[in-house]
Amino acid sequence: MAVTDAPKIITTRFDQADGHTLAGYERTGGYAALRAALGRTPAEVLDEVKAANIQGRGGAGFPAGTKWGFLPADVHPRYLVVNGDESEPGTYKDRLLMERDPHQLIEGVLLASYAVDAKQAFIYVRGEMAVAQERLATALNEAYAAGLVGRDIAGSGWSMDVILHWGAGAYIVGEETALIESLEGRRGMPRLKPPFFPAVKGLYMQPTIVNNVETLANIPWIVTNGGAAFAALGTEESAGMRLFALSGHVRNPGVYEVEMGKTTFRDLIEAPVYGGGIRNGGTLKAFIPGGASAPWFFEEHLDLPLSKATVDKAGSMLGSGAVVVMDDTTDAVKACARVVRFFAHESCGKCTPCREGTTWLHQILQRILAGDGRPSDLELLMDVSDNISPGITWPPKQTTICPLGPSAVSPIASALRRFRPEFEAYIAGGRHAAAVPVEVGARG
Amino acid sequence: MARLSPENEVLARQIIGRYPRSRSALIPLLHVAQEQDGWVTDEAMGHIGELLGLSSAEVLGTCSFYEMFKREPVGTYLVNVCTNISCQLLGGEELLEHVEERLGVKAGATTADGMFTVEDVECIAACTEAPCLQVNYRYFHRITHAAFDTLVDDLRAGRRSDEIPTHGTTTRVRQHVPADRWAGVGADGLAPEVR
Ligand SMILES: Cc1cc2nc3c(=O)[nH]c(=O)nc-3n(C[C@H](O)[C@H](O)[C@H](O)COP(=O)(O)O)c2cc1C
Ligand code: SF4
Ligand code: FES
Repeated sequence: MAVTDAPKIITTRFDQADGHTLAGYERTGGYAALRAALGRTPAEVLDEVKAANIQGRGGAGFPAGTKWGFLPADVHPRYLVVNGDESEPGTYKDRLLMERDPHQLIEGVLLASYAVDAKQAFIYVRGEMAVAQERLATALNEAYAAGLVGRDIAGSGWSMDVILHWGAGAYIVGEETALIESLEGRRGMPRLKPPFFPAVKGLYMQPTIVNNVETLANIPWIVTNGGAAFAALGTEESAGMRLFALSGHVRNPGVYEVEMGKTTFRDLIEAPVYGGGIRNGGTLKAFIPGGASAPWFFEEHLDLPLSKATVDKAGSMLGSGAVVVMDDTTDAVKACARVVRFFAHESCGKCTPCREGTTWLHQILQRILAGDGRPSDLELLMDVSDNISPGITWPPKQTTICPLGPSAVSPIASALRRFRPEFEAYIAGGRHAAAVPVEVGARG
Repeated sequence: MARLSPENEVLARQIIGRYPRSRSALIPLLHVAQEQDGWVTDEAMGHIGELLGLSSAEVLGTCSFYEMFKREPVGTYLVNVCTNISCQLLGGEELLEHVEERLGVKAGATTADGMFTVEDVECIAACTEAPCLQVNYRYFHRITHAAFDTLVDDLRAGRRSDEIPTHGTTTRVRQHVPADRWAGVGADGLAPEVR
């Protein structure tokens, strides 16, 4: 495949010192898409987004235009909620988009609201992202003062408000129905879908569109250049450019905007303009293709293109665009245990298999790491996994309210199937293998 | 200090006014309380409940779900070290050990002088910049052990206070909507709030 010379779409102002200000944004074409759109009908704007065939960048990869089309006609008020809760391990792109180009997001929010006829939008920023909150607050203040948000936007007679909202620390709030619960001032626990599909019964039980920050950041370019120009990038199935956070054991970790479908994992990891290969001339052991929830990939997957359909078919997901690379020095047991600890910590507790299961998986892995593992523990890990995610299939058969529970199983199924001898060595070697000093009279 | 100050009550009412349903302001108001006192006191939660027409149990129910809300005093500076996968691969756990050693407390604890609280946290969305940490939610990317030591010295000497506010303050810029710019049409047609 190839490193393509497709144009950058949403990262063009990342290196511009004043790219986050209204002046810097407008000087480089900002708010031109909005002004143009206000001279067209909402349906025409919606059609551009449908033609762009842009898949949501938050994790599920659902086409944005199709989602917007799901809103029931004539039910008002309706809302747009921006998901800026970015907290899937390995994922780092929405924070950059909010810090470096907040007006691009605001313009995307305005265009989306215009297309779906929402009169109020909420940008929900992760609580821990103080600078992103500051940049968005400043940008919104500028935009309100300049007549670009609020009453009679750009003299068009169209009015709507955009409210900055911020969270307080909980990964599960990134799930769209939990995000809505949180925005209603409640504990961030997911709602059952159906009946609570946001497009039908969302915020305040009204029709609501939830979109990821990156998805919306693409909208100004799509409206300016046309949906067809976006769809011409990438492949028919996976259109456009996408941000990938490449982390772990590569020479040049970074956030790269790459053309979907045409670029492969190998290009991303090895090309000098991207990852530059495994650090220290080492070799690849495994990589996570789409955030901590995704089953791991290995060397044989390197030549797969960065396309949703292909990665789904190969048994994992592009998820949130987070590629985590592990070289041959990586302790697979430790890596697996760390990801499982995350899910155990972040389970909201609403469903028993997830709440109890993730806690047990975490505790069993901790005892294996501590050198207290039992030979039966590996079957036990798979058995508990099977109780959270029956059959341990991909995609999972969902028996829980949200996909978090089954996601906790991904690292175990991946690491245990591929690197079982490493787990066995921890168990066989006991405390000595784990280099934990044996204390006489200690537990166990 | 305990209830929201008169100025913060004014701010609280402004925030409440932006939402179609007042309860939506709960998390932002808990942040206002935490900014005022450095942590969320029972009295502040009671006051917020009065403002929103919620019981103390409802306020506490939401508050206790979210990691950032501290219901007892913490250090002036909260040091959050990421040990999740991307950071673990590049020395996040060793960084945490160093932080614990340098400050003389384990994750979860506060130094005797009340300056620092250390936390071992999940991914903070800086994965390509590992290892990394936050001090009061300000980022330090690819931080070395030596750079952390310097940071601690600076903070103790009060040299970074313009860059890093004390615990409780996240955003230092608030959204302001001038009355003549507010569209105010977001709740049109929404059924009245039921409490
Ligand atoms: C456990 C869990 C966590 C999620 N976290 C996020 C997140 O942090 N940001 C995000 O945009 N989407 C997240 N999602 C996906 C959202 O539910 C939703 O699909 C997305 O925000 C829709 O936007 P998009 O269609 O533009 O991608 C998460 C989903 C699950 C199940
Ligand atoms: S699967 Fe886990 S995180 Fe999701 S709703 Fe159930 S308990 Fe909560
Ligand atoms: S894993 Fe440490 S910042 Fe994401």
